Amino acid sequence: MSELTPDLVRHLASLARIQVTDDEAERLAAQLAVIVDSVATVNKAVEGDVPATSHPIPMANVFREDIVEPSLTQEQALSGAADSDQGRFRVAAILDEE
Amino acid sequence: MSELIKKNASELVSLMASGEVSSVEVTQAHLDRIAAVNGTLNSYLHVTADAALKVASDVDRRRAAGESLPKLAGLPIAVKDNLTTTDAPTTAGSKILEGWVPQYDATVVTKLRNELMPILGKTNLDEFAMGSSTEFSAYGPSRNPWDTDRIPGGSGGGSSSAVAGFTAPLAIGSDTGGSIRFPGAVTGTVGTKPTYGAVSRYGLIALASSLDQIGPVSRNVLDAALLQDVIAGHDPHDSTSLPESLGSMAEAAANRSVAGMRIGVIKQLTGAGFQPGVQARFDDSLALLAKNGAEIVEVDCPSFEYAIAAYYLILPAEASSNLAKFDSVRFGLRVTPEGNPTIERVMAATREAGFGPEVKRRIILGTYALSSGYYDAYYGSAQKVRTLIQRDLAAAFAKADVLVSPTAPTTAFKFGEKIDDPLAMYLNDIATIPANLAGIPGMSIPNGLADEDGLPSGLQILAPAREDARLYKVGAALEAWHEEVWGKRMIDFAPELKVGA
Repeated sequence: MSELTPDLVRHLASLARIQVTDDEAERLAAQLAVIVDSVATVNKAVEGDVPATSHPIPMANVFREDIVEPSLTQEQALSGAADSDQGRFRVAAILDEE
Repeated sequence: MSELIKKNASELVSLMASGEVSSVEVTQAHLDRIAAVNGTLNSYLHVTADAALKVASDVDRRRAAGESLPKLAGLPIAVKDNLTTTDAPTTAGSKILEGWVPQYDATVVTKLRNELMPILGKTNLDEFAMGSSTEFSAYGPSRNPWDTDRIPGGSGGGSSSAVAGFTAPLAIGSDTGGSIRFPGAVTGTVGTKPTYGAVSRYGLIALASSLDQIGPVSRNVLDAALLQDVIAGHDPHDSTSLPESLGSMAEAAANRSVAGMRIGVIKQLTGAGFQPGVQARFDDSLALLAKNGAEIVEVDCPSFEYAIAAYYLILPAEASSNLAKFDSVRFGLRVTPEGNPTIERVMAATREAGFGPEVKRRIILGTYALSSGYYDAYYGSAQKVRTLIQRDLAAAFAKADVLVSPTAPTTAFKFGEKIDDPLAMYLNDIATIPANLAGIPGMSIPNGLADEDGLPSGLQILAPAREDARLYKVGAALEAWHEEVWGKRMIDFAPELKVGA
């Protein structure tokens, strides 16, 4: 049986920066427990030394020529932001007061 | 209703080239159809009528002046709403991006603009392409034109229902685990996932970067080929973009044939678990292929048993990283809780309000799979399964030129049937996921109606990486024999759409 408790869901959600209500944590824990039990079967699939595949068609050192190309203006870069000030993204306090 | 909208894209191209119809007429016919049926189908989240007509009249003017134009100039198209467009909002089906207008076009969108194809609008999808039914779109589900009580497949149900509902002759989709092919199967249309890297993903809002691929959605194999030829090609803006050309798909479709080809039936993707009517149509098609000179062989892919499990570890892991960018700072929604919250609380409140249930499920699952202590057991093992699946496919392609299976285990299910059971929803992808894990190309073509419900079924063709041409060669051949047997196109069996109030 899975260890996916509502407490663990709350912890994972806080790592993922998603606020969850107690109801949601309960519901997600039950759903994720079933999913995790099912996906955990990957452990049984692999015997012996099998290399990992991260990309289906591997490529290495993909670079373009190092020449300056047009990029977004400051105004464009800020155009989708909820708040900005003097050409910068404006956000709430980064640190708690204490 | 204009008869123009029922025509295949290739016919419209010929009619426009010969001057029999104008691009404005073709574009307007589709816009009229959208106005009439989109309230029912909800295929489009945003319609760009003025911009489309502007391109169309420009094409007509330039054609009249005798200018040499790109092959598909004037042919309208719909674009899935997870590709960025500078002249239309791009939401990816999520509230967190409601109203966001990007500052750059996706490379595929740029290519459509360069081809002078009028873009009709942006099509619906499950939020961030996570789902198989469009029920997880924050803007309501799209409906299947064959039966509006049923799902049009997902995530690209907006594009599939647009093409099946004759509101677009062609559309763009994206396929991470079957999001082009599954919607194709359940709406009686053609959906192609090209080889990983064949089409640039610059400007595609990433779901799982090692799996995502953009591809064509159409009613006909040749039409899909024409579109893949427009959107494919190397792009320096996408580091996974293949440097080499895969050749002309339109030519491959024109050279349709299976004579002397070995066609592999995947043991694990046939028989038990597939709806009887879906299986019966699949068996009919095998007989048709054999009759026309193909050799049918059975291939064994034992690791496919673990494909869904591996996929639902790799995808959430990658998605949880990719979706971290939706943080309330640079774009999209910001929700500020009461009091004097820190940015972390603003982010958490924003993501709580902006993401729907499936997105939250997958982000949290991905966060779990990547946690220290679990990484090797889950994500690490899943990546090894990926290697095993590639090995199974390499062995299968040593025995066969292409592989075939039913695209999906069932025909279109009803709304609500699987929404509360994530695992049941994930099983729709059982036949389509291996291609994404291995990076190989796959195509779903209409494969006749299941006896028990009269709904479309699909046949999937798989080819080795970079051999997309084989899909078109075989797909076009089978399509032609089907139409010979049926006496008409599969889409012509669809009942007339009942338009609601």
